Amino acid sequence: MHNTRLVEELKEIAGAANVLTADEDLLAYGFDGTWYESKPLAVVLPLTTAEVSALHKLATRERMAITPRAMGSGLSGGAVPLEGSLVLGVMRMNRILEISEADGVAVVQPGVVNADLQRAVEARGLFYPPDPASLKQSAIGGNVAENAGGARCLKYGVTGDYVMALEVVLPNGDVLRTGGRTLKNVTGYNLRALFTGSEGTLGTITEITLRLLPKPKFVRTATAAFDSIERAAQTVSAVMASGLLPTSIELLDRITMRCVEDNIAAGLPVDADALLLFAVDGNQEAIVAGELEAIASLAREHGATSTCVAASEAESEALWSARRAISPSLARVRPHKLGEDVAVPRSQIVAMIRAVREIAARYGLTMPIFGHAGDGNLHPNILCDRRDPEEMARVKLAAREIFEAAIALGGTLSGEHGIGLLKKQFLELDLGPEAIAIMHKLKDAIDPLGIMNPGKIFPNPGGPDAFRL
Amino acid sequence: MRFAFEPECADHRSEGFIEASSPCGRSGRPPPTFRELKGWTLRRAERREAMLTDAELKGFTGADIPPEDVYNRCVRCGLCLPTCPTYLETLVETSSPRGRIALIKAVGEGRLAANSPGFVHQMHECLDCRACEAVCPSGVMYGQILEPARTQIERTAGSRRPLGQQAIRAFALDVLFGDFTALRFAATLLRFYQRSGLQRLVRASGLLRLIDLHRLEAQAPPISSRFFIPHNQRRRAAAPQPKATAFVHAGCVMHVAFADVDEATVRVLNRAGCDVVVPEGQGCCGAISIHAGDLDRGRALAKANIRAFERSDADVYIINAAGCGSTLKEYGHIFAGDSDWAQRAADFSSKVRDLTEFLDTIGIPLNLARLDAVVVYQDPCHLVNAQRIAAAPRRLLAKIPGLTLREIEEATICCGSAGIYNLTMPEMADRLKRRKIENVLAANPDVIATANPGCALQLAAGLRDAGRNVPVKHVVELLDDAYSAAG
Repeated sequence: MHNTRLVEELKEIAGAANVLTADEDLLAYGFDGTWYESKPLAVVLPLTTAEVSALHKLATRERMAITPRAMGSGLSGGAVPLEGSLVLGVMRMNRILEISEADGVAVVQPGVVNADLQRAVEARGLFYPPDPASLKQSAIGGNVAENAGGARCLKYGVTGDYVMALEVVLPNGDVLRTGGRTLKNVTGYNLRALFTGSEGTLGTITEITLRLLPKPKFVRTATAAFDSIERAAQTVSAVMASGLLPTSIELLDRITMRCVEDNIAAGLPVDADALLLFAVDGNQEAIVAGELEAIASLAREHGATSTCVAASEAESEALWSARRAISPSLARVRPHKLGEDVAVPRSQIVAMIRAVREIAARYGLTMPIFGHAGDGNLHPNILCDRRDPEEMARVKLAAREIFEAAIALGGTLSGEHGIGLLKKQFLELDLGPEAIAIMHKLKDAIDPLGIMNPGKIFPNPGGPDAFRL
Repeated sequence: MRFAFEPECADHRSEGFIEASSPCGRSGRPPPTFRELKGWTLRRAERREAMLTDAELKGFTGADIPPEDVYNRCVRCGLCLPTCPTYLETLVETSSPRGRIALIKAVGEGRLAANSPGFVHQMHECLDCRACEAVCPSGVMYGQILEPARTQIERTAGSRRPLGQQAIRAFALDVLFGDFTALRFAATLLRFYQRSGLQRLVRASGLLRLIDLHRLEAQAPPISSRFFIPHNQRRRAAAPQPKATAFVHAGCVMHVAFADVDEATVRVLNRAGCDVVVPEGQGCCGAISIHAGDLDRGRALAKANIRAFERSDADVYIINAAGCGSTLKEYGHIFAGDSDWAQRAADFSSKVRDLTEFLDTIGIPLNLARLDAVVVYQDPCHLVNAQRIAAAPRRLLAKIPGLTLREIEEATICCGSAGIYNLTMPEMADRLKRRKIENVLAANPDVIATANPGCALQLAAGLRDAGRNVPVKHVVELLDDAYSAAG
């Protein structure tokens, strides 16, 4: 029997213990951090690059779709196995292969959890800056595939800025190694940049060499509360114009604070309209403290009703834990949420917030706003009930308007979550036809059979609408 | 399983889907999705229909259905994954809280049969340690869906167990934990077995392996010399003006295997200025039945404890076992649908305090002798996760002069004891035991402190396996020792 034979082949490649075909397993691997659900053909959890390569060869022979998956916490639907893909889960490839102080690099397998890597390198006085809010529940493979960001991106940049080399299993099973351990490397096209953020549509990432920095000796956190979110946004602009470069500037609005405070009593000022959360790092305590004080006084000048410096490591960690808990905690208000991650130039933050609030009011929707205010990457979330078709019609229109507003302000659809399923219908708003055509050609050149993570990134006009709210 | 997806390039091309990123095309048209491929839609529809028919016959039924408003709160963020012992061990999504919630939801919505083997396995592989619940930002009360899901499985699958298993289960739940006379009798026999030299003889003979009882035998706790039997004892506070009258719950395993801990509990409460009563009529808290999916028996046991407390003059109901405490505090919830008992149960639960929680609140005298030792405090899941008590036991221990508290890696990952889990899921329990012991030993402790009998037994067994002789004590024993030594 054809199917039985395929399952047998999968087991021969990866070992029976690493192949899951029970209905329950297919259910559990049918979703990620979004509300999309699908059902894969089977789940394989390979242990080596050679196994991944053999799986790709089998998939090529059988014209079988593959959806690579790490920890499945993505927020754009990238790991949802559309169209009955074979899920290729990399979480059992979870070894840190090397941490080199001499070269300032870490070599890791894709299933290493971001927080585990951070701990391991920090124990050696090193620092891996990219810190998506999901750092405890996302793995490096997924971070690279989605080019994840995080709070520290303001000062340190996104995952892609730390990817020095990649080992990628191409759709046909060939193993590509690109990049190296040198800080400078301009030999040929930058293929590692092409695969970073490719959302599993070009191959399966099996090994990553990451750049590490020396760990800053001091990190301090402060908050500033405002009775108007616009004043908070103006403060962000003022801080960025002042010549200071904080590690992070995070924004939380009133609804966001209430949702989080319900869950983690972090002592957020829930009566304020908005809160800014600042972090500053450096190697000299006095300078770090001085910069934080300068930021606090700028905040007061711009109308902060109160400012507060975290007194201890524990207090600071409580604030950052609260920040990381925001996205999931929004479900406390309404059954569902549509989370966006538009980014605008930092001079346009005030305008973007104004636009979101105006759109929310016009469509009668609840839209908490939070995000990385310092780098202009905001997370307006539309809270809704998917079972209410009338409300969902408004949600859909409002989402489009948010994207249009971001692009009109010189911004982009996605700052750090990726396009996946959630935003593919809007791709053309952001990219011109030339860019999309080139992307299609690149995809076709690398994956001529289209077996890698089908249904992601590219819109399919005329086809079924994957943006099913 | 069925492979519904078998694309064929020729068909695909003939339908005119020719595009740059298409499976076999070149350029020009929008890329197709695999769903559009010939035959796919049809086959998927067939499969879905087949599943629905199956589920209509076997979904959740009757009382104690996992509430949909609880499982629907899960937004699938995955924050629970790194806290889940079985996920960390398997790295399989199905063995994670998020996966299990999805399965419960699927059964609830009629997409999966309640007796499907994978579902039954997952509901039992879960330790019910509630680590996921403690970190969930969406507030999914996981225990409130797991326990009814197990009850549902019991009702449909219980009668299909092999007869031998049914008998052991009935004996354990009905006889041993239903009526303590039988438990004490069994414990007395066990004590004779353990102390007469018979145990050594039997173990050496290999007889147990022959009849497959060696695991059960090895798990049996060493029985106390004297049981702590509730018979309306009243012990006066050390102070003339008692701060409170405390009802002490003697427990099931506690009162026969950890009678010393119960005695220490009474002495330390007295020293802390409380009158103590140990009324008759109290019994098992019901946790073992509830976790095994027998909610009805659990409720019957709960009623006995509620009545015993109502008849007493106590202000507070003290429990020194974390697993029991968590259940006692949830009586309000397990009677939620019962108009006669809901209020009584909620009132009762509001008076329940873990011993460490209570001592930490009322304060303890500081005439404690010095103990120069490195102590690792092992968090019982049902204290740290289910009751969110982590600081109180540590603060109490820190009051002992000379004592150094040392934290371990993965402090909130379950040791694998989890009630009767080490009997029902021995392989996973052993893996978690080894994991915990490695983390504990890495801290090089002189003493390990905990606050739950299951954890104490599991740690002791793990240390024995590792050939290490480190004493495992209840927090209150260390306090009691320090008071006695100070005179």
